[in-house]
Amino acid sequence: MSRFAMVIDTHRCVGCQDCVVACKTENNVPEGYTRDWIAEEVHGEFPTLHLELRSERCNHCSNPPCVACCPTGASHVHPLGGVVLVSHDLCIGCKACLAACPYDARFIHPDGYADKCTFCIHRVERGLDPACVSVCPAHCMHFGDLDDPRSEVSRLLASRNHHALLPEAGTNPNIFYLT
Amino acid sequence: MRTDSGNPVSRRSFLKISAATIAAGAAAGSALHAVYETPREKGIRRVPTYCDLCFWKCGAIATVRDGRLWKIEGNPLDPLSRGRLCPRGTGGVGAHFDPDRLRTPLLRASERGREVWRPVSWEEALDFLASKMRAIQTNYGPESMAAFVHGIGGTFLKHTLKAYGAVNIAAPSFAQCRGPRDTAFRLTFGDDVGSPERTDIENAQCLVLIGSHLGENMHNTQVQEFANAVGRGASIIVADPRFSVAASKAKFYLPVKPGTDLALLLAWMNVIVSEKLYDKEYVGKYGFGFEQFAASVVPYTPEWAYPETGIEPETIRATAREMARYRPATLVHPGRHSNWYGDDTQRERAIALLNALLGSWGRKGGFYIPSSMDVPGYPYPAVPKPSRPALRAMSNKFPFANEDISTSVREATITGQPYPIKGWMVYATNLINSLPNQDETIRAIRQLDLLVVVDVIPSEIAGWADVVLPESVYLERHDEMNPELFKQPFIALRQPVVPAPDNQKPNWWIARRLAEKLGLGAYYPWKTIDEYLEHRLTAGGYSYEQLKKQGIIRGKQPPIYFDDGAPAQFDTPSKKIEFYSTQLAQAGFDPVPKYTRPDPGPPGYYRLLFGRAPVHSFSRTQTNPLLSDVMSENSLWLNAREAQKLDLKSGDYVRLRNQDGKLSNPIKLKATERIRPDCVFMVHGFGHTSKALRSAYGKGASDAGLITRYKNDPLMGGTGMNVNFVTIEKGA
Amino acid sequence: MTELTYTRHNPLIDPIFHVWEWQIPVYLFLGGLVGGLMIIAGIRLLVLRPNRREALVCCTLGPLIGLAALSLGMFSLFLDLGHKLHVWRLYTTFQVTSPMSWGSWILLLVYPALAANALAHLPEAIPALASRFPALVKISDFILARPRLVLFAGLTNTALGAALGIYTGILLSTLGGRPLWNSAVLGPLFLFSGLSTAAALLHGILVLTMPSGERPAFADFLLSALARMTQARPLDPAAAPILASADNSFLTVEVSLLGLFLLGHVTSTAVHHRAAGLLLTGPYAAPFWVLVVGLGIAMPLLLQTLELAHRIRHTLAPSLLVMFGGFALRVILVSAGQASRWFEALN
Repeated sequence: MSRFAMVIDTHRCVGCQDCVVACKTENNVPEGYTRDWIAEEVHGEFPTLHLELRSERCNHCSNPPCVACCPTGASHVHPLGGVVLVSHDLCIGCKACLAACPYDARFIHPDGYADKCTFCIHRVERGLDPACVSVCPAHCMHFGDLDDPRSEVSRLLASRNHHALLPEAGTNPNIFYLT
Repeated sequence: MRTDSGNPVSRRSFLKISAATIAAGAAAGSALHAVYETPREKGIRRVPTYCDLCFWKCGAIATVRDGRLWKIEGNPLDPLSRGRLCPRGTGGVGAHFDPDRLRTPLLRASERGREVWRPVSWEEALDFLASKMRAIQTNYGPESMAAFVHGIGGTFLKHTLKAYGAVNIAAPSFAQCRGPRDTAFRLTFGDDVGSPERTDIENAQCLVLIGSHLGENMHNTQVQEFANAVGRGASIIVADPRFSVAASKAKFYLPVKPGTDLALLLAWMNVIVSEKLYDKEYVGKYGFGFEQFAASVVPYTPEWAYPETGIEPETIRATAREMARYRPATLVHPGRHSNWYGDDTQRERAIALLNALLGSWGRKGGFYIPSSMDVPGYPYPAVPKPSRPALRAMSNKFPFANEDISTSVREATITGQPYPIKGWMVYATNLINSLPNQDETIRAIRQLDLLVVVDVIPSEIAGWADVVLPESVYLERHDEMNPELFKQPFIALRQPVVPAPDNQKPNWWIARRLAEKLGLGAYYPWKTIDEYLEHRLTAGGYSYEQLKKQGIIRGKQPPIYFDDGAPAQFDTPSKKIEFYSTQLAQAGFDPVPKYTRPDPGPPGYYRLLFGRAPVHSFSRTQTNPLLSDVMSENSLWLNAREAQKLDLKSGDYVRLRNQDGKLSNPIKLKATERIRPDCVFMVHGFGHTSKALRSAYGKGASDAGLITRYKNDPLMGGTGMNVNFVTIEKGA
Repeated sequence: MTELTYTRHNPLIDPIFHVWEWQIPVYLFLGGLVGGLMIIAGIRLLVLRPNRREALVCCTLGPLIGLAALSLGMFSLFLDLGHKLHVWRLYTTFQVTSPMSWGSWILLLVYPALAANALAHLPEAIPALASRFPALVKISDFILARPRLVLFAGLTNTALGAALGIYTGILLSTLGGRPLWNSAVLGPLFLFSGLSTAAALLHGILVLTMPSGERPAFADFLLSALARMTQARPLDPAAAPILASADNSFLTVEVSLLGLFLLGHVTSTAVHHRAAGLLLTGPYAAPFWVLVVGLGIAMPLLLQTLELAHRIRHTLAPSLLVMFGGFALRVILVSAGQASRWFEALN
């Protein structure tokens, strides 16, 4: 078994959106839409501030609400790494999965089906990193298998403080942010 | 009109496709792309080249899938990109697909600035241009034809102009950008910081950024090294009125009052000198005039600096000691765009001197000694000797300028003194937005007999042109090769990946054809760019075939630090690092920087600051569909409590009115804790007024439109632009 | 002080999530109404002595309206789909965790159940139809001759109606990304709201057909023309107080469930508390309190109580108000629910 995850170092991230542009070209994401984005979270009062920049996308949750609510089975968990995917030809565009996702990671593609990050599974299957990871000029993104304790992602999570988004939503997200 | 494969597509059918695209709305990007698709080519093709989204010139590899340009990635062989491009570079595909790009040569068909055009053939456009240039030559002399260029693409046009006899070839990148910095470092160390900057961020233990917002300012190698520095826990000190991304990574964030950076620098030097924290051996060995310098900084105590800068004396001391603790691996970054307050060369000189105190020039973690590979120039015939010198040489107004000053060319165009300027060739720089005070630029344009613009997009300056020549984008053309002066010497090649979609031509072809039209064909002994490139490379002992295949040829790595044997040479009058500058003293300037308090601006106004975003370059990328999709407009940063006072919240649209009554476009407010309450900030390059830039027209506001005032740097003619103040008006 | 901003700008998602427009509230409203009609019709079928005339309104008109409303609702749902040509994919699978999958199969069963209920008494209710289509009489005879079939049809209608009504609420409550919907109370709430609208609709029809001197002449004319054409048996005014009183009970349960729904949110996590704030004090508070609670529940409760106490005459007003309130409840909950979110972003 494998469980793919992304570990993103918020210390290194400069929020440049290279991940966003790379995703758009790699995956032909239509104009006006995006599968990943930058969150800017500021705490404190000037000048004593804390800023966290996060490259966000579908969390490929281990307990994905978007899969549970899908009436046709279009939203599914791929056996390789537990990646959450959408079969375009099964999807009726009912948008239940959009409403189910607490991260607002999905959208309706202009062609009518629900769309989102695929962890670039077409690249991962060929042994490459997802496009966003491979382009990051800050080298802040890491991709790998959490079921392998020797993987870079496992080692990073074992050695650094980290958090995930909305653990309280019970989705068991697989994107982790090093802090 | 031609497609990638050379299939002719009638203009009519193209217009139909365009109309359909517009009708289908934003979601229909693919319909437009259909225009460029070639059905015949199948499979994947990868072509190495180098990027042109900014001046950094990263090595890249473009991928074509089934005949359609798909993506661009960094070339792993390239020391600049190290296999990873910045977001602009990654979005470079969008330059090819830009819906608003220039497609065919245009001749003006109405009065200047009305943007009414007649599409013409290249022959007609160049015949017209050549006849106008000949008229200027006859009536005023060739020196009256000036040029403004940006980037490596201007090489061949400059060659044609020099052959014609032009002498005033200015780059706004000097007087509007890096000029003060390079002048100051030349005065101090006898050499430029250069581009790419010779900063060894990779090895810095302590990095000091003054207003320099790396991470938002996306100079690829620097940002990669900056992230590495953050990753390995380097001590970072940031002085900026805005809590920049870089500030968020800093151990010390100093929210300095705008315009008082020099006071802070002097106080730092005061602490380092008075506490004897400087590198005595280095200063003793390489320094000149240290005693006078040391005496000069005595009054600038942290207590003195506190009311000026707003930075607590203890913080100034702590940060000065932090810098000293890590020296010589402490890099006080000189920044790049350094035209802020008119005292910029002296401020940059203070940065140079602080680095000199820390012994960082020529040292690991400071400033390395760059090198380049030797590629002989093409053996062109000698260009004619000008009968009149360049404007710069005829005036002693800015004695330390070593490049042509764009704003001086503009001034001479308006006044006709010391001789008239009657023609402008503008290459790849949007003068309306790059020069301060747009009214002055337009006044100068009205004096011209000829304004020709060579560009890839219909920028604002193109709107004022008599002739517009559409250049193919970098993915569709060859260019001058780049034997870069850098940490690791290498040569990079730019070569076409896909054909130009319409009637665009590469700059080398335009320059060569224009030379022929001007009767200067003898200055182009080569017929094709391949011939030119191959000749030079072969003369240097390199293989053109290898370069075409790899995109990059790496050279031998010479030592880059003094300690490893790099020569410690200083091309200054004293042949040393000039703590005290006799040159400056002789010219009547402060030989050691002195502080003058900046104009605080009218009460109730905010100082207007501007900067960069990682996804755009100047005002040149806002119609790139990939980049505009990621950032389609800029926003106005205003301190959250100030916003509350004005009853404004994030997302509201506001307009800015400057001290001279100029009103901006509506701009979206970002009410944030991340900025001081006495200034506002916006990203440069938005608020386009050229209607031909349809997808960017009117989106966001233009800082350039509000920069009616500027303060000349008396040393080198730089134009300090952070001297404008604005009030905020509600509503769109 | 926290500032959270996103660079994301996906259509229908940013800055405020709004993937569903009018189609979904219409579908949920009609679904609830049909559920209510089925329960009422089912129960009437079970307890009915065939000679009782009010069978007409509950057991025949109700299911007939139900069939039309259901078709309209499903069409509305269809209009919302992004990938319309793939709609048949719903019926090549059953996804046990997906309320929408359950719903689509329930809807498929609802049709025959409704039809059976309507057909049982159709010939006696509308003799004109029976004389035109003799097969209807045969079907009716077939059903009524088999008490166990009648029992089965009645039970099925009641059960499917409850399932349908609850499903319309559960559909939303399982979509965890929208905190305002995260309450199982939405199931019974929508069920009872559906029951109240169904009762109100039937009550309204009765009121409309009651002999009344105050009715405009053209309405009388239309009604009598309709009656002549269908040879329909006149409706029994005696059913009106029964329906009004049932409606009052449904409204009372509905308002209690609304209270529980809000209470559950207010006493839950900060995210859910904030979501309830949208209805309690936020941008949706005014329409919610005025249209749903005031005009849609309190006012008709009062009017019907007065009607039942014979203080005022039965009018159309409460019926229209209840139906309006039921629709407003769906519109506001669908809209406010979409505006509720886990992250509080600035842009």
